[in-house]
Amino acid sequence: MSIILPGEHVPARHVNLKLGPGLLQLSSPDKRRGIADEGLGIISTKAGTLHHSTNQSKWWIENNSRRYVPAQQESVIGVIILRSGEGFRVDIGSAHTASLDGLAFEGATKRNKPNLKIGCLVYARVSLAHKDMEPELECFDAQTRKAEGFGELKEGFLVRCSLKMSRLLLDPKHFLLPLLGHRFPLEAAVGMNGRIWVNTKEMKHTIAATRCIEAVDPDGGGMDERGVKEFLNALDVE
Amino acid sequence: MRPPSPSIPEKEFLFASLKASLRLDGRQPLQLRTPELTFGPELGWVECALGKTRVLAQVDAKMVKPPPERPFEGMVSIHSEISPIASPEYEFGRASEEEVTMTRMLDKVLRRSDTIDKESLCVIAGQRVWHVRLAIHCLSDEGNMLDCACLAGIVALRHFRRPEIEVVGDEVTIHDPTERAPIPLAIHHSPFCFTFAFFADTSIPPILDPSHLEQRLSAGLVSIALNAQREICVLQKLGGVPLAPDSILNLVEIAVSRAKELDRLVDDKLKVDWSGRRVEFR
Repeated sequence: MSIILPGEHVPARHVNLKLGPGLLQLSSPDKRRGIADEGLGIISTKAGTLHHSTNQSKWWIENNSRRYVPAQQESVIGVIILRSGEGFRVDIGSAHTASLDGLAFEGATKRNKPNLKIGCLVYARVSLAHKDMEPELECFDAQTRKAEGFGELKEGFLVRCSLKMSRLLLDPKHFLLPLLGHRFPLEAAVGMNGRIWVNTKEMKHTIAATRCIEAVDPDGGGMDERGVKEFLNALDVE
Repeated sequence: MRPPSPSIPEKEFLFASLKASLRLDGRQPLQLRTPELTFGPELGWVECALGKTRVLAQVDAKMVKPPPERPFEGMVSIHSEISPIASPEYEFGRASEEEVTMTRMLDKVLRRSDTIDKESLCVIAGQRVWHVRLAIHCLSDEGNMLDCACLAGIVALRHFRRPEIEVVGDEVTIHDPTERAPIPLAIHHSPFCFTFAFFADTSIPPILDPSHLEQRLSAGLVSIALNAQREICVLQKLGGVPLAPDSILNLVEIAVSRAKELDRLVDDKLKVDWSGRRVEFR
């Protein structure tokens, strides 16, 4: 692990190399800068810490930010902002709005399309993310055509957090969601775009969950497990 | 690009919780987020934070020739700008509605309410006066940036000290802060601004110091600027839901008590900072 800045050369070399977020292989190695002599011409596109898997086949950069850049296969939470003919325009917090096809839902046909209003929340997967095109979303698994948990999110509340926080919550070993789940029944959907939807039976539980997520966020307080336990006790959620 | 309005679940949850007098950050409806004041290495450099809203204020002074119509008065100017650093909803170059409101409000609260004694800034009538410049930088917008900016501005003005000067005939000597202790600005009073948010549903009580989401979903804002001596400087209401005279008077009463608390807090903070600061004499 080392700190890396945008444009730096990355010494990644493997027969089955996979590049993760923040890394780019130059299509035509830049001879002028002498990158061609230094391997595969892989450079970093963002600042952060460089990580690789133990056998050096997977490389990626970790950092924290607040603006989302769409990447393929990531699950995100979006807000419907426009209905246009066949589909919807969705705000996923990126520089451009994403498009969501009306047929990209489980069981949707030409006649029977989902009826989403403007302002609805959807949990979707990024099916197309290309730097020169606008992102596209889908609310089902394209192979099985099953919803797999995607679709409209009804009721509940949307918490906005840093991108690192949403990645942390996706880690099954992270303490926060199980800890909250021990206190009260809780439903949550984590979008990689820094949005977390939570739903509980009671209002004060939703507020407690919201405040805990904001407190644990490394961008806000970065509270640890013990701190959260004390915080929850002080909140009186029973 | 303007961000889309908050989603339906957010809107419904916020209204339902406010109806039950619960706020998302655990505050009471009329509770202010406790301001955090950080003083920089220089005099007149203050960062004010209300929750995640952060504003930086900086004061500097220089000598200029006064305009001929006001030869005995110094000059005070306020520069404020909301750039995309605060929130992606602000655009570069184009003044947003919030920016216009904030600039005008800062001007009314800090300049036109005669906070600074301008005549004390005069050095030689018609020849030399001090020009005090207050720069406001909005670093992060998590709601109620106006109150935060006003607070940062007044604290910066009170924190600032200008160099001592000496006038012999027409000769003006500016003493370096290391030679003679710099002197504070002559400040008449310290106005504080308080913003209340109202909602279209009249069963929801007004709330003080709205967060970003509360501000977006509100149906009207009332900003009251006043000092701890119960003198109202500005009362601003830009459209929104109609209000009865009684409820406005209630708000003023609440603002008075908050202004007294805030005044004490600011006094304490300034005192602590000043006692920890070593001003060198030679």
